[in-house]
Amino acid sequence: MSLAESSRRIQKLEMRGIVKTFPGVLANDHVNIEVHAGEVLALLGENGAGKSTLMKVLYGLYRPDAGEILINDQQVQIASPSDAIALGIGMVHQHFMLVPTLTVVENVVLGLPSSRGMFLDLDVAAARITDLSKKYGLRVDPWAYVWQLSVGEQQRVEILKVLYRGADLLILDEPTAVLTPQEVDELFPTLRDMTQMGHSIIFITHKMREVMAISHRVTVLRNGRSVATVATQDHTPRELAQMMVGRELLEQYDKTPREPGKVALQVENLSALDEKGLPALRGISFEVRRGEILGVAGVSGNGQRQLADAIAGLHPVTGGRILIAGQDVTHKLPSQIIRAGLGYIPEDRLHTGSIPAFSITENVILKDNDRPPLAKGPFLDFAEIERYSQRLVQEFDVKTPDLETPVRTLSGGNIQKLILAREISREPVVLIAAQPTRGLDIGATEYVHQRLLEQRDAGRAILLISEELDEIFKIADRVAVIYEGQIMDILPIAEATPEKLGLLMAGVAASPVGA
Amino acid sequence: MGKQSPGMKLLVLTGAVVGALLIGALLLLMAGANPLVAYKAMLLGPFSSRYGITETLVKTTPLILVALGIVIAFRSGTLNIGAEGQMMIGALAGSAFALAFPSLPGIILLPATLLVSFAAGALWGGIPGWLKAYLNVNEILSTIMLNAIAAQFVTYMLRGPLIDPKEVSYGTGFPQTAQIAKAAWLPRLLPRTRLHWGIILALVLAGLVYIFLWRTSLGYKMRTVGAQKEASRYGGVRVERMMVLAMLLSGGFAGLAGMVEVLGIHHRLMDGISGGYGFSGIVVALFGQLHPLGVIPAAILFGALMLGADMMQRAVSVPAAIVFTIQGLVVLFVVGSDIFIRRPGFAARIFKRFKTPPRPVPDEGGAQ
Repeated sequence: MSLAESSRRIQKLEMRGIVKTFPGVLANDHVNIEVHAGEVLALLGENGAGKSTLMKVLYGLYRPDAGEILINDQQVQIASPSDAIALGIGMVHQHFMLVPTLTVVENVVLGLPSSRGMFLDLDVAAARITDLSKKYGLRVDPWAYVWQLSVGEQQRVEILKVLYRGADLLILDEPTAVLTPQEVDELFPTLRDMTQMGHSIIFITHKMREVMAISHRVTVLRNGRSVATVATQDHTPRELAQMMVGRELLEQYDKTPREPGKVALQVENLSALDEKGLPALRGISFEVRRGEILGVAGVSGNGQRQLADAIAGLHPVTGGRILIAGQDVTHKLPSQIIRAGLGYIPEDRLHTGSIPAFSITENVILKDNDRPPLAKGPFLDFAEIERYSQRLVQEFDVKTPDLETPVRTLSGGNIQKLILAREISREPVVLIAAQPTRGLDIGATEYVHQRLLEQRDAGRAILLISEELDEIFKIADRVAVIYEGQIMDILPIAEATPEKLGLLMAGVAASPVGA
Repeated sequence: MGKQSPGMKLLVLTGAVVGALLIGALLLLMAGANPLVAYKAMLLGPFSSRYGITETLVKTTPLILVALGIVIAFRSGTLNIGAEGQMMIGALAGSAFALAFPSLPGIILLPATLLVSFAAGALWGGIPGWLKAYLNVNEILSTIMLNAIAAQFVTYMLRGPLIDPKEVSYGTGFPQTAQIAKAAWLPRLLPRTRLHWGIILALVLAGLVYIFLWRTSLGYKMRTVGAQKEASRYGGVRVERMMVLAMLLSGGFAGLAGMVEVLGIHHRLMDGISGGYGFSGIVVALFGQLHPLGVIPAAILFGALMLGADMMQRAVSVPAAIVFTIQGLVVLFVVGSDIFIRRPGFAARIFKRFKTPPRPVPDEGGAQ
């Protein structure tokens, strides 16, 4: 190990006093970090704390206004990503930069010179990729097309791309945001192997569990400043979380036990196909009562998306029935289902839940624009629309300069608050919340949870589809586990344990319910 | 839309036009013409006389109407490249209708003719709209193909069933219809000019399209389809219907443009009545920021450019090809200059690159 370590070019990397301003924003305010060979440094901070900006400075995408970067105590200039790569720094972006129609090997060599001049040397490259895969335990077929790969495999390709270019230091920008729990479990040992071989890793995250699991040291960023750098083992997750948000956190919500009311959503033996024509839902049955939250737990891609979309009328149903407040809405139009009392917070808040190019008001009226009070006959009633939007923005604390601001310029948390505002204010009978806190910081997550609980107490039936078990344990009353389009079991939350759910999520159960 | 001051915008636009004209001057010199004389005719001609101003507006009229249709289609997420064909079909149907009922009083004949042309254009636009919405047929291809079909169909009708009987009896056989009854003509707005009421109609419709798209819930729904189909469907909009409706309206406006040309200028249908307006209208719509009111100044500018090119050709007698080239250069430069308006730092970045020795430009994505 010591031999491997000493062969690395980057023994120690420091960023000192980094300042980066954007018009009106101080993104980095004299930030210091330090990372050594063989170490994972977690860069912890809420959305907008300045983590990504700092890493873009390190990778040569931004020029800092002040501050210096030192490698092995020598000052270096990084003016572009090619400078960074030449120095042994590699970055794996949160959103993959792969060409789906090309093979893995073609993606890896993209932009690199070939050993055969103008002809490609894909076989040579493939052999090297295979070597690297073996060495680091990054299983991937070099000749597979990227579009055929799962998200986890695509991430491996991104990491291979960086290693192929000889990176000693890897920057991973929220690498787990797109992964299933299983894929996370596969990623972490790989990262540990890399540090064993002398690589250093900067791991950007806002998830406490990951910080605890993988990092040696943590630098906490808040409002563009590095507020603390500590050894991970000396602190509890709770202490780190408090450093990150700068205030006390709620450990548990006050969830008043409540007797659920009448059945509001009934799903009977529902089946549907996915986009490729394969079964996505295979005879799903459950019901949700007024005043309760039914959590649907499961690994991503087990039919959750189709389930939510099928109930909303956005995905064709091949069998079974859906009833909202006793009314059969199977095969009905989305508009009819909305009118029957469905509210829906979709998983994809930027493509489905909102129109980023439209203003706040134009997003507020997405659903009720053709009825009073928002419309007068065929015309939109702008005075009323403005009053209504103003009320929503205030009640739900959406931070925006004004109502004409395009939604695309808001932060993820504020966009989600706006969607929440629109869906809740319509006073639905049933509310579907699909991955409602994905990618949100702790503050916004807490807010969404509080609002959902409030809606439960107001007597709405809530279907919470989530891949975060923590979230389900915190706010759901009962939990259904979905696996390969079937409900494995439905348990009261008091009887559920992470172990039990984990087994069900992996498809291990006595017998599927409703199959 | 731009982030820069109006003064800066004007400067950029002027710079773009000057740049285009400088290159055009080379072409004119090569053709043996004096660029100064040519450009004087081109730039001042359209605005310096009663004739120039009215003729500019004559060309503006169909441009506005076509562009309004394009705006509706683009805003609703469909790219209508078929205005040329829709104009022809609209003009054909309207002319056939007006010729079939020559004795109707004008107060009925004129609006009815316009409505027929609108409906026929709508049908011609609705076909690719339906194909796209329900069968996922690329509307760019289908509208272009329908242009070819429309052109051939109209030529056939003009040489056969609808040909002016006089052309047959005189033996000249020129492919055009008989003259349409005077009652259906769009009245002239100014005596001794060709300017007709079509321009008023176009301006009023621009206002109505604005109200439709931005003040009614139907218009809002159509815009959501254009902005984000998934969100639109999620919001309860019947996306397919909106796409068909958008193409119906878009084709309708083009059909109307064709008929207005017939009733305002030629008073009969002849080959080539669309005169390239169907394509220029797309440029006008984009110039006008895909906004119904922005289309008006864009159409006037473009009308002046078309007329100025004609005038230049007459002033220095150069081949028409050079005139079209200069016209194209102006459009290219103006469209290209847009980036200086949208991204204020762009000019500085380019100049810096010339000053300092070249080095790889830091750019996201192009990293490796």
